Amino acid sequence: MADTAVAKKQGMTFGKNEKKLLVDPLSTNNPITVQVLGICSALAVTTGMKNSLVMAIAVVFVTMFSSLFTSLLRNSIPKQVRMIVQLVIIATLVTIVELTLKAVSYDSYKQLSVFIGLIITNCIVMGRLEAFAMGNDPYRSTLDGIGNGIGYGIILMAVAFVRELFGKGELFGAKIIGGSSEYMINTASEGSWMGWYQPNNLMILFPAAMFVIAVMIWIHRAWRPDLVDVS
Amino acid sequence: MGELINIFIKSAFIENLALSYFLGMCSYLAVSKTVKTAFGLGLAVIFVLAITMPINWAINTFLLGEGGLFSTDLTFLRLILFIAVIASMVQLVEMVVEKYSPSLYNSLGIFLPLITVNCAILGGSLFMVSKEYGFAESVSFGLGGGFGWFLAIIAIAAIREKIRYSAVPAPLRGLGMAFLLTGLMGLAFMSLMGIDLAAFN
Repeated sequence: MADTAVAKKQGMTFGKNEKKLLVDPLSTNNPITVQVLGICSALAVTTGMKNSLVMAIAVVFVTMFSSLFTSLLRNSIPKQVRMIVQLVIIATLVTIVELTLKAVSYDSYKQLSVFIGLIITNCIVMGRLEAFAMGNDPYRSTLDGIGNGIGYGIILMAVAFVRELFGKGELFGAKIIGGSSEYMINTASEGSWMGWYQPNNLMILFPAAMFVIAVMIWIHRAWRPDLVDVS
Repeated sequence: MGELINIFIKSAFIENLALSYFLGMCSYLAVSKTVKTAFGLGLAVIFVLAITMPINWAINTFLLGEGGLFSTDLTFLRLILFIAVIASMVQLVEMVVEKYSPSLYNSLGIFLPLITVNCAILGGSLFMVSKEYGFAESVSFGLGGGFGWFLAIIAIAAIREKIRYSAVPAPLRGLGMAFLLTGLMGLAFMSLMGIDLAAFN
């Protein structure tokens, strides 16, 4: 396991390197648009902001604590069985999340159904454990976990924002724009300046998530040409 | 029998794991650069799905359910047991294939360990539980789901091989284009929702 330069400096300081761990995954090294990890469980839940928020919180929780625990155990895990040990740690945390969600918000639990369980196989979690937590101290691994969880959450929320607003005219279930007086902007009312608006049902369908992420990658890479794929 | 064929067709085409649920996207995007490697991974997924699904069904029914061996509700252990079964099955399959068919092992080799963290496998098992399938149905669902995933990855790999010669805008090259293509394929697969399963009986 190659120790990075960060690992050599021990102690609980919060300097430039630690800040980098937190901020890097938000753009330069974003788990979804750059590392392409964790797409699987992300796409299906982004039809609404609320579900995405729940999912994002769950993932931040799992990445944070799995990084912490793996890093604490990193010197006593034999190399051959490290995958299984990591999977057990992740599965335990996900079970905690699942049961908590079931108790706190049964509605979201029903809607997210199998996708909460699929956080186990979310490649971000596993990827960060392999790439970072196995070779760094617990404090920095936790920061790295939080950073990656948030980087993932941001994309999730952004995709959900586009899909829910243009697909249903709602945000967090609050009616924003649509053709009746319940909505904040009523497109059916006389002389409405948004009278041309029609909700686009394509946005709620699964493939729309792919298109939205593709456009995000496009924008992100047009803004940061150094991230462009060479192949 | 007709019921089982229906489940196969439904899981392979109408509810394709890759193109309608977007499961297994990580390896789907990473290993779809050439048809040859995609073929190997696709085969391995069919294999592992078809094996783990009935085993997980048995565990869920005979060990975890209320009517099971311990006669208490142990479903909170489901996730841990399922992933343990998948991880150990992948290991086992790898060893068996290595012993009896070295040529298959060489073509699957690197992809087998990858499959443990392929969401399509765990997702398949979890869907099987939520749909309350029986034993035969879960075998059919496993085979169908695997076959659908196989089709999807072969298709995207073939398209990506060709699109390398097109003038794609630089920021969209590679990953961005793969996302767009998958979205379009997903749209195309949605038209299969119109299949009338009763017609097969």
